[in-house]
Amino acid sequence: MAQVFFSNALQGLTGGTTEMEVKASSMRALARSLEEHFPGIGLQLKSAAVAIDGDIVPSAWWETLEPDSEVHFLPAISGG
Amino acid sequence: MTATRTAYKWVGTRPVRHDGLDKVTGRARFGADFATAGMLHGAVLRSPHAHARIRSIDVSEALAVSGVKAIITGADLPELDDNQVEGGEGNATYRDLSRNILARDKVLYEGHAVAAVAATTLRVAEQAAQLIRVEYQVLAPVLTIEEAMADDAPLLHDDLFTSGLDSPPKEPSNIAARHVTSRGDPDAAWEEADLVVEREYFTKAVHQGYIEPHAVVAQIGEDGKGTVWGSSQGHFVIRTLTANVLGWDPGDMKFIPAEIGGGFGGKTTIYLEPLAALLSRRTGRPVKMVMTRHEVFRATGPTSGTWMKVKMGARKDGKLVAAQAWMAYEAGAFPGSPVGLGVMGIFACYDIPNVYLEGYDVVVNKPKVAAYRAPGAPMVGFAAESVIDELAEQLRIDPVEIRLRNAVAEGVRAVYGPKYRKIGLVETLETARDHPHYSAPLGPWQGRGVASGWWMNYGGETSATVNINSDGTAVVMSGCPDIGGSRASLAQMAAEELGIDVHRIEPVVADTHSIGYNDLTGGSRVTFAVGMAVVSAARELIEDMCSRAARMWDVPPEEVEWVEGRAQSVSGAFPPLTLEELAAGSARTGGPLSATNTVNPRGVGVAFSTQICDVEVDPETGRVTILRYTVAQDAGRAIHPDYVEGQMQGGVVQGIGWALNEEYIFDGDGVMENPGFLDYRMPVASDLPMIDTVIVEVPNPEHPYGVRGVGEVGIVPPLGAVANAVYAATGKRIQELPMSPVKVLEALSSG
Repeated sequence: MAQVFFSNALQGLTGGTTEMEVKASSMRALARSLEEHFPGIGLQLKSAAVAIDGDIVPSAWWETLEPDSEVHFLPAISGG
Repeated sequence: MTATRTAYKWVGTRPVRHDGLDKVTGRARFGADFATAGMLHGAVLRSPHAHARIRSIDVSEALAVSGVKAIITGADLPELDDNQVEGGEGNATYRDLSRNILARDKVLYEGHAVAAVAATTLRVAEQAAQLIRVEYQVLAPVLTIEEAMADDAPLLHDDLFTSGLDSPPKEPSNIAARHVTSRGDPDAAWEEADLVVEREYFTKAVHQGYIEPHAVVAQIGEDGKGTVWGSSQGHFVIRTLTANVLGWDPGDMKFIPAEIGGGFGGKTTIYLEPLAALLSRRTGRPVKMVMTRHEVFRATGPTSGTWMKVKMGARKDGKLVAAQAWMAYEAGAFPGSPVGLGVMGIFACYDIPNVYLEGYDVVVNKPKVAAYRAPGAPMVGFAAESVIDELAEQLRIDPVEIRLRNAVAEGVRAVYGPKYRKIGLVETLETARDHPHYSAPLGPWQGRGVASGWWMNYGGETSATVNINSDGTAVVMSGCPDIGGSRASLAQMAAEELGIDVHRIEPVVADTHSIGYNDLTGGSRVTFAVGMAVVSAARELIEDMCSRAARMWDVPPEEVEWVEGRAQSVSGAFPPLTLEELAAGSARTGGPLSATNTVNPRGVGVAFSTQICDVEVDPETGRVTILRYTVAQDAGRAIHPDYVEGQMQGGVVQGIGWALNEEYIFDGDGVMENPGFLDYRMPVASDLPMIDTVIVEVPNPEHPYGVRGVGEVGIVPPLGAVANAVYAATGKRIQELPMSPVKVLEALSSG
């Protein structure tokens, strides 16, 4: 089960849930699962930065997940 | 000085850079060096007001001037929607980007572009620009965060509503966004603290200060296709932004990169490119545009001025139990400051269980901010590292030791969420503590400060090609402009793989029609990401060459290995085939030897730096002199130590300027009063001692050579390190940058 963490901005859509376990083998599957849990969150997820297992991943929605993966949805950021 | 040794032949050595001769002889062509037949010259009319409504623009008199070929205004650019700009640095929407290129209904800072003229000479273009009649309704300027956030503040944008609030706002404001991050329960945790320090800090807008002004030549034909020459931090991204602002197809334009005379984040976006391209299309002739230094200061960059409130609590043993910060960043005229990175970075060096962070993105009547080396991080570093220093002093703990007791390490969760992978903060702190500098004696009015800093690097989309010439030399092609010596680093990694001399490899920065897409030279990413692509391409070539040797010898591929530039029979049954021999015979063994690799890599990791600064303060003049400065930075592995050290030193020098001298100064009407290097005081060589560097190498396990980005983190600690040193010398904590002589004297004369 992937462990998913929500940013403060997303917690408005998760009813205050800060983290949860989701059975998903890919980020696309994870998004579908989260949309089922929290209708409407999918659109917001698209604009969030995503960290998978410690790395902020630009092509996050293309990635696969390990059973023990950690996924963080962070405020959208840019710069560097 | 390098903390650990490497066992490579080329990686970790210091060969002469491939582009060095051209640069020291003046042969290298920078942005403004390019010229072509029939070229027109462009000039920009800029707003004299910081905030005004444009009632009308009359170009008729200017158009009538002999030699003027075209004039464009905001009405000539397409209206764009609020789609976020992707690929560039710094937050912006295309609508705002377009309105920053040429103002529409309002001008939002002094220097905001209003119209652009193309004429047969620069003088004619400049004179004609002054004949454009603009009728303004001057509005009250908003010049500080405090003014902008006030309830009765004049609004820059009537349609700007704050995002990120708990409930949607009913009224527009100058606050574009609110970012909140939290963990634990800081409100409850303060009671666990034996000492709580709470302070307020201010920093001013500062410019990236690159030596080379923005410059471009565009030649667009009647069919809408053409070529653009210019210097930037990423010609692929600049092409995309330019095309989208004009409503054109990116593939219709070939962008050819010039050498770049510094960028530091400021050349990751566009200013002149769409103007030159549109003027060229209108006139059917090439158009050249070059900014003056005044224009660079008034209309590009800078980075945000800030207002920060920081509270941190620690136990007697120095362990941090809670931290809280409120940060407001100037975005300039349009939303999009790096405050989100400030929120992430302010406590990223430390393992703190209870944290609450709140950041605000605030528009003011100043140029739209652009990325600047570790965007958003140096300012919060100043605030957090000053508070840590105060905690250490009051708890009577050595300032490096208190940082060590709280330092993040592998497996620790960052304040912004994810767990750190292999990182080197502890190693940089230990290096600083053990360095002779840290225990060297000091004299009267001298003081020593330390500070650490964090920066998150970036991977990004990357393409690279390695070609073997028929003589056994190689060409390494990338699409990222070489700002800090990346050509040499890429050639070294290719040389290490191929087993040939690094100077038998020619590293090339290719144009947009000659190689696959590449993100910017930014995010400290090129040696990491392009290096990965180059290494993979070289390994593919080696596999190909070994396969060809196997077929020539009629043996299985696994019986061939690549050793020091030669295909070698494992059994020793055949004499080795050198790269030169394989290259010379490639036509008979399957054709050209070439390999391309593309990556969008993970594993870039984060970077840390710890710095020691000694200052002497003149109590009569308030002048602060940097006596000695040492940087310990984790580079993962230094491919070319000269250029790693150069990045460390460059970041420090810019940070020292930010701490001591640099600031945008505006009059009451919002007109910048110091748009030149005489009055905008950046450090020069005679101001500073040699910056001593210690490259700490904690190899990044996600890179074939252990590389970690090194370009940015060096600028994060100096603001705090210098401030802490000034305190140690004077007993006065200055909480507003820059610590100019006037401010130091004020502090010395205060109780």
